Amino acid sequence: MKTTLTLSAVLWSTATLASAETLTVYAPDYFGSEWGPGPAIAAAFGELCDGCELEYVTGDLLPRLKLEGARTDADVAIGFNTDVMKDARETGLFAPSNVDLSGLTLPIAWDDDIFVPFNWGYTAFVYDNTKIANPPTSFKALVESDEDWNIAIQDPRTSASGLALILWAEAVFGEDTPAMWAQFAPKIITVTQGWSEAYGLFTDGEVDMVLSYTTSPAYHIIAEEDDTKSAALFSEGHYFMAETAAQLASTDQPELAQKFMDFILSEPFQSLIATANWSYPAALPMDQWPEAFSQLNYPETALFYSEDEAAALKDEALDAWLSAFTQ
Amino acid sequence: MAVGLHPVKRLPFWPGISAAALVVALTFGTVLVVALRADGAGALTRYDWLAVRFTVVQALVSAALSCALAVPVARALARRDFIGRGALITLLGAPFILPVIVAVLGLIAVFGKSGLLSQALAFAGFGPVSIYGFHGVILAHVFFNLPLAVRLILHGWLAIPAERFRLAAGLGFTPRDIFAHLERPMLREVLPGAFVVIFVICTTSFAVALALGGGPKATTVELAIYQAFRFDFDLAKAALLSGVQVAICVIAALVALRVQVPQIGGGGLDRTVQRFGKTSTLTGALDTFWIAFAALFLLTPLAVLIARGAPELFSLPASVWQAAGRSVMVALASTAVTMAIGLSVALACLRAGWIEALGLVVIAASPLVMGTGLFIVIFPFAKPSDFALPVTALVNATLSLPFVLRAILPELRGIEARFGPLADQLGLTGWARVRMVLLPRLKRPLGFAAGLSAALSMGDLGVITLFADPKAATLPLQLYQLMGAYRMDQAMGAALVLLALSLGLFYGFDRGGRADADA
Amino acid sequence: MLTLEDLVIAQGDFRLGADFSVPRGARVAVVGPSGAGKSTLLGAIAGYLRTSGRVLWQGEDLGARAPAQRPVAMVFQDNNLFPHMTAAQNVGLGITPSLRLKDEDAARVTSALARVGLAGMGARKPAALSGGQQSRVAIARLLVQVKPLILLDEPFAALGPALRHEMLDLVGDVAADLGATVLMVTHTIGDAERFAEQLVWVENGVAQAPAATRALLADPPQGLRDYIGAST
Repeated sequence: MKTTLTLSAVLWSTATLASAETLTVYAPDYFGSEWGPGPAIAAAFGELCDGCELEYVTGDLLPRLKLEGARTDADVAIGFNTDVMKDARETGLFAPSNVDLSGLTLPIAWDDDIFVPFNWGYTAFVYDNTKIANPPTSFKALVESDEDWNIAIQDPRTSASGLALILWAEAVFGEDTPAMWAQFAPKIITVTQGWSEAYGLFTDGEVDMVLSYTTSPAYHIIAEEDDTKSAALFSEGHYFMAETAAQLASTDQPELAQKFMDFILSEPFQSLIATANWSYPAALPMDQWPEAFSQLNYPETALFYSEDEAAALKDEALDAWLSAFTQ
Repeated sequence: MAVGLHPVKRLPFWPGISAAALVVALTFGTVLVVALRADGAGALTRYDWLAVRFTVVQALVSAALSCALAVPVARALARRDFIGRGALITLLGAPFILPVIVAVLGLIAVFGKSGLLSQALAFAGFGPVSIYGFHGVILAHVFFNLPLAVRLILHGWLAIPAERFRLAAGLGFTPRDIFAHLERPMLREVLPGAFVVIFVICTTSFAVALALGGGPKATTVELAIYQAFRFDFDLAKAALLSGVQVAICVIAALVALRVQVPQIGGGGLDRTVQRFGKTSTLTGALDTFWIAFAALFLLTPLAVLIARGAPELFSLPASVWQAAGRSVMVALASTAVTMAIGLSVALACLRAGWIEALGLVVIAASPLVMGTGLFIVIFPFAKPSDFALPVTALVNATLSLPFVLRAILPELRGIEARFGPLADQLGLTGWARVRMVLLPRLKRPLGFAAGLSAALSMGDLGVITLFADPKAATLPLQLYQLMGAYRMDQAMGAALVLLALSLGLFYGFDRGGRADADA
Repeated sequence: MLTLEDLVIAQGDFRLGADFSVPRGARVAVVGPSGAGKSTLLGAIAGYLRTSGRVLWQGEDLGARAPAQRPVAMVFQDNNLFPHMTAAQNVGLGITPSLRLKDEDAARVTSALARVGLAGMGARKPAALSGGQQSRVAIARLLVQVKPLILLDEPFAALGPALRHEMLDLVGDVAADLGATVLMVTHTIGDAERFAEQLVWVENGVAQAPAATRALLADPPQGLRDYIGAST
C-alpha cells in the first residue's frame, strides 16, 4: 500500500498544490481537456490576475456538486447547460453573479441573476453535402422524407443536445409530437449517450446525419479545411442552447471568483470561444466572429423554453420520445 | 487423509477474511452508502423494468450463442494440429481482455454500415447491414465472450485422458460413439459453468449497450444506473437498480453453485487430442471452417484497428503518451493490489469454501455506484482526486477478483492436496508455506491472473471519472476526450496504443508466469 | 515406546481401531488388504486425522500436537519432494522450514546427501533425478530431521524390486543410525520379511498388535493366509 500511496503522490501531486491564489473551477471533461477551451482561458486569466492560478476539476458537474454540497472546494462552476439551470439553481449552492449582462449578444433576452452564459448554439442536423444534395429545409420535411437516411441522435436522458432535441420537437410539433416520433424513429439508426459517440459515427461515415449544432461545420472548415460538412437549416427555427457559469456561495475567495465571473464576458475570453469551443460567443458582435463562421448557415428563428416552461414540458416530452423508441 | 486434526494456522486465514470483508464493503457497502445518501426511496418505472428484461434476455442469448459457437471451434482446435496453432489460440484470447471502447471501434469498422462486411455485401449486390440494436449488443458480447467459452471448453477437451481415446480406437468407436461416450459427458460438465460465467459477465454490460444498443430499447441495468446518476441524480434509484443487478447475479451464482464452474486456466492448451484412425474429409473440412470462422470473426476487427491506427501513431500528441504511461502505472498498481487481495482471499477459500461464491457475486457490482459510494465516504475527510490511484486500483482489483479467483483457486487446491501433507510434516505453515511452496507452484496461474487483471484495468473508465484530475487523465479517458474534440483519427491512434498496451501487459505477465516453471 | 490407547478412527462408514504398543527401536511392517486402513493408521499417528483414544510417545499424549510438532518423520507414497526446490533445499527443509541454514546446518545437509549416495547432486532439482535418487533425497531428509519415529507409507512402491530392496536397506541403516522406531506400510510380504522383525496385521476394522514377523508368517491367521495366497 505504501508504494501505491507514493505513486499516487507522484501522479496527483499537481492537484494538491492549491494555494491561496488558486481559483478552483469545476468544468465538464471536454472543457478542461487539452483540446477544449479550458487551457487557453486559464492562461488568459493568469495574465489578467497577475500570476494567480486557475485549476480545473473536471467531471459530471452537477452530480458532483450535489454530492459535495456546501463543503465543495469549487469557487466557480462553468459549463451548465441551459437545461440543468433550474436544477442547479434549486441546490441553493450558487451566489448572484453581479456581472453586467448588457454586453450579451444572444438571440434571446437574458436577465438571470446567477447564471452567466458564455457560449451558445443552435441544435441542428449536420450532413455531408457531397452525399446529400437536397437537404431537408424543415424539421417536418426531414421527418416525412422518403430518403432512407440513417440518423444518429443523443439520448435526452444523458445528453444536453438530446434533451434540446425533444424540446425542439415539442416547440415545432406541439400536440403532434408523439405521432412525429413514431414516424421519425425508423430513420434513427442509433441513439448514443453523448454527443461525441454520435458525431464519431457521422465522421466515420456510419450515419448520414447527426444531431449536432449549426456551428459544427466550422470545425471542419477551420481545423481541417474541409467544407463538405453542413448543417441543415429548418424553416421552423432551431432550438437555442447556452452554456453558463456561476460562482459558489461557499467560495473562500469571493474576490477572485468575482474577477473570473467578470472575465467571462470580456473580450479576451469571448474571442477564444468560437475556435476553441466551436460555438457562438455570448458577448461578441457577429462581425468579430471568425471569418469561417460567416460561411455557416445561420438560423433566422430561435426557439427556446424558459427553465420553468421546460421543466413543465420535460416529463411529457421524454415520455413521448421513450414510448416511440421502445416500441 | 482428508480430515485435518488440527485446523490450525497452516495457512494465513485472517488476511483473506479481511480482504473479503473489504471487497464486500466495496461492492455492497457502497450501495448502502449511496442509498443512505439519497433523499427518499427510489421507484422503478416501466422503462427500468424494460431494462431489467432486456438485460436478462440479452445475457441469456449472448451466453447461449457464445457457448454454442464455442463447441465446434474448441473441438476443431482440440483435434487439429497446424503451424501457428499455439499463436492462434493465444491471439483468439485477445478480445476478452480488450478495452470495450477499443473493441467497439473495431467492430464498427467491420460490421458497421461503411465497414468491411457491408462493403463486401455491396460488392455482391446486397444492402449494408446495421450493427445497432439488440443484434449489435449480442454480436459484441459474443465477440468478447466467445474466446472465453472456447478456452473453457478446449480445456475440457484436453482434460479427457488420451488413454480414453486410445481405448475408444481399440473398441472401434465411430465419431458418433466418441461423442456420446467421451465428449458429451465432458460438455455436460463444462458447458453449464461456462454459460453461467458468461451470463453474469453480460448482465453487467455497460459500454457495449451504450455504444451499440441503438437506443432506449436496448438499455441494460448498468446503463440505467448510469442514467439515474448522471441525468436525474436519483441516488435512490441508482442504489435500487444496483440492488436489482446484484439480485440477478446472486440468482445466477446460486445456479452456478449447483453446476461446476470451470477453471479459467492459463496453461496446458498447447497440445492436441491424439487421434487414432482416420477422420473423414468432411470432418476435416468442417474443422477448417470453424477455425477459419473464429479467426476471421475475432481477428478482423483487431486487424482493422491496427490498419487505421498505425498511420496516426507518429502524430499523436505527447499527452496521449503521458496518459498511456499513467494508465500503465495504474494498471500495474491495480494488479499488485488485485494479486494481494486475490491470493489472500483464495487462501481463505481453502478453509471456508463459501467465500468462493463471493467471487461471482462481485461481478454484479456497479463500478459507478462503487465510485460514488467511495466518493461520499472520502469527500468529508480528504480531496477525492488525491485518492484517485488507490481508489481506482482498489475498485479494479475488486472487479477482477472473480477472474483471479477462478484462475488460481483450482490450482491452489491441487497444490494443497499434493503437497499439503509434506508441508505439514515439515512444519511449513503460514506465510512461509505461501512463500516457499504455494507461490513457486502457482507461478503460471498467477501470471495469467495478473495479466488478465492488468489488461482489464488498462481499459477501465468506470470509476475514474469522479476522481480524476484533468491533468492526470488515463488513456481511455484521453481517448474519449479526443473523440469529444472532433479528433477521430487521433482517437484511432490512441485506441491502437491502448490495444497494444493491454495485450502487451497480458502477454508479459502470462509469459513471466510460464518462464522457468518446473514440472 | 509408541502406545496406541483405544485409538479409533472413524470416517463415514469406515472404522479402524488399534490398541497396542511398539517398543523403541523396533521395525514394524503394517500389512493388510487394500482399503483396510494401513495408511489411515499412519496418518492418525502422524497427526493428520481426527481420532478418539490416545496416541502416546514415551508416555506423553501427542493429541494436541500438529504433525510437525510430533516426534515423527514421515515418507509418503509420492509427493515427497517439492519440484521447484533443489535436492539440498528439500533436505534442508527437514532442519528448518525457513531454509535459513547456518553453516553447520548446510554441512549436515551435504553429509546427509553423501550418506545416501548423492554426493555432489545437491543442486539438482527433482526433475533431474531418477526415481531411486528422488527416494534417496527423502531418506536423506530423515537423517537431518532426527525424529525418533519414522513412518513409511509405501514410499518405494513405484521402484523395481532390486532398487526397492536397496532403499529398504538404506532406510534400515538410517533408522539404526538414529535409533528410530520404524512403521512401514507395504503390500509386499517379502519386503516385510526382509525389513521388519514385527508385523501389524490390519483387517476388518482392527489393527492387531504387532507380532514377530517370522512366527506370524509361519502360522498365519485366516485373513493373512488368504492375503499371502493372493499375493504370491
